[in-house]
Amino acid sequence: MTRYILTRLLSLVLSLVAASVAIFLVIEILPGDPAAIMLGVNAQPDTLAALRAEMGLDQPMVIRYLAWVGGMLHGDFGTSYTYHTPVAKLIGDRLAVSLPLALFSLLLTVVIAFPVGIWAAARRGSAADTLIMGITQLGVAIPNFWFAMLMVVLFAINLRWFSAGGFAGWDKGLLPALKSLTLPAVALALPQASILARVMRSALLDTLSEDFVRTARAKGLSRAKALRRHALRNALIPVLTIIGMQFSFLLAGGIIIENVFYLPGLGRLIFQSISARDLITVESVVMLLVFAVILVNFLVELAYALVDPRLRSGR
Amino acid sequence: MSPMRFLRSRNLVIGALLTGLFTGAALLSFLWVPYDVTQMDIAHKIKPPSGVHWLGTDHYGRDILSMIMVGARTSIAVAVLAVGIGMGLGVPLGLWAAARRFSLLDEVIMRGNDLVFAFPSLIIAVMITAILGPSATNAIIAIGIFNIPVFARLSRSGALGLWNRDFILAARVAGKGAMRISFEHVLPNILNLLIVQGTIQFSMGILAEAGLSYVGLGAQPPTPSWGRMLADSQTMISFAPHMALFPGLAILLTVLGLNLLGDGLRDLLDPKLRRGRT
Repeated sequence: MTRYILTRLLSLVLSLVAASVAIFLVIEILPGDPAAIMLGVNAQPDTLAALRAEMGLDQPMVIRYLAWVGGMLHGDFGTSYTYHTPVAKLIGDRLAVSLPLALFSLLLTVVIAFPVGIWAAARRGSAADTLIMGITQLGVAIPNFWFAMLMVVLFAINLRWFSAGGFAGWDKGLLPALKSLTLPAVALALPQASILARVMRSALLDTLSEDFVRTARAKGLSRAKALRRHALRNALIPVLTIIGMQFSFLLAGGIIIENVFYLPGLGRLIFQSISARDLITVESVVMLLVFAVILVNFLVELAYALVDPRLRSGR
Repeated sequence: MSPMRFLRSRNLVIGALLTGLFTGAALLSFLWVPYDVTQMDIAHKIKPPSGVHWLGTDHYGRDILSMIMVGARTSIAVAVLAVGIGMGLGVPLGLWAAARRFSLLDEVIMRGNDLVFAFPSLIIAVMITAILGPSATNAIIAIGIFNIPVFARLSRSGALGLWNRDFILAARVAGKGAMRISFEHVLPNILNLLIVQGTIQFSMGILAEAGLSYVGLGAQPPTPSWGRMLADSQTMISFAPHMALFPGLAILLTVLGLNLLGDGLRDLLDPKLRRGRT
């Protein structure tokens, strides 16, 4: 088990180093001087020189990379050029919206997908199964931001159950805050729940046809019991993989949904920074999100080991 | 024929019909559209569907049906080219890794793929288009990069099994090099897998293009694109829902069609996979 964790940990660190180099190089290699891009076409030479010095652009590339990574390790993500506040604080404020949104939609995804997938697998080939699979097929194909707009028309404009956008803020209490995250979370969750339900169903059907399930049935377990006690646990590996990928997708996919609902999250921050040419903020937010994704992948791999003891003894 | 078998062939039929419909609309738009999409007609702006404008008009009085037809070009072109990038670079990489399987080169190629795979694609696409500037070309690059590891992994895993087969051994004995074997013997045998995956990536490309152009990072005006039409409709959705309804339906039906086509093709081309999916 220790060996397994250590190798995973090593690959986590290597991935992070590679990712930081890649992001740094993308900003670096791209044509144009980042300071010039940030200041726009009408920049005065002296402001340009001042910003270049402030960003450390007069230093060699390796030094700048090390300074950037070193700073991040200390929680210093640099200072935003447009907001004149530390990027770490900007990110912290926005994360208070984006992270709960991602978790909320992940929860919805799992809560919808598990029963639906299991139900469909248990009734394979029936009319109900066909109907569910048809609906999930639609769910996979629907663009989530369009679905979000349709929900705004129905639930915000016509029924007036929710507000059409904006965020109440956590200081207003848990319920108003969660309420303003509900429509965005549902919009994000529906396509993901459709995917997960399909994965759940096919993973279950795969394990249901295995010998150990047949043995369990032969011992007299009902189909439902065999499914719950034996097949489900074994179907969890592919399901966990997808959930891990989905969490990163939800965290990142939020950037478009946040735009639909005018939520002050990381997505809005990225777009505002992009239109303000604030590359320091863009670079750091992207690195943070990549870090989150790589970390989640790592946690999923640890979760495999918990679900499947065979993996613990090293591959 | 059992009901499930019928459903499978029905997937193929519906998928092919929907895909054909939108590809046909895109092709037709080169020759004919009901109205010129660059022509504003303020007198007839925001009109609901009618006999004159089947799907209504937008806030500049442009015909929505015509815009959807021309927008189909943008969506399809971006998605096809992005799949092209993914296949064009990913397949050779995967075949190369399989030919030198378990060597350092294989390891480097596959870990590189893992890395790209681990990136949140949407965010990197946003970053790339933000720095290079928003345009359809940059959207293609941004989406295409994330197709590379998909095809590299698929080609490698498909090819690995083939390298142990007798016909490859025969080719090696005949003195053919690894590259020639990869392209002459391995590639034709994994083509089915690649076609099915290509269809799926195509549909994901359509969704990604719509998302990018919705946030203003795709094709720029006056080129119509479905995502941009949705973005334009957003502030008017309470009194002009038709402006949001039809472009969204176009995206939904195209993606649905491609997904069904992919499922149908998989069942048709790869009978081994049938068991797992029924």
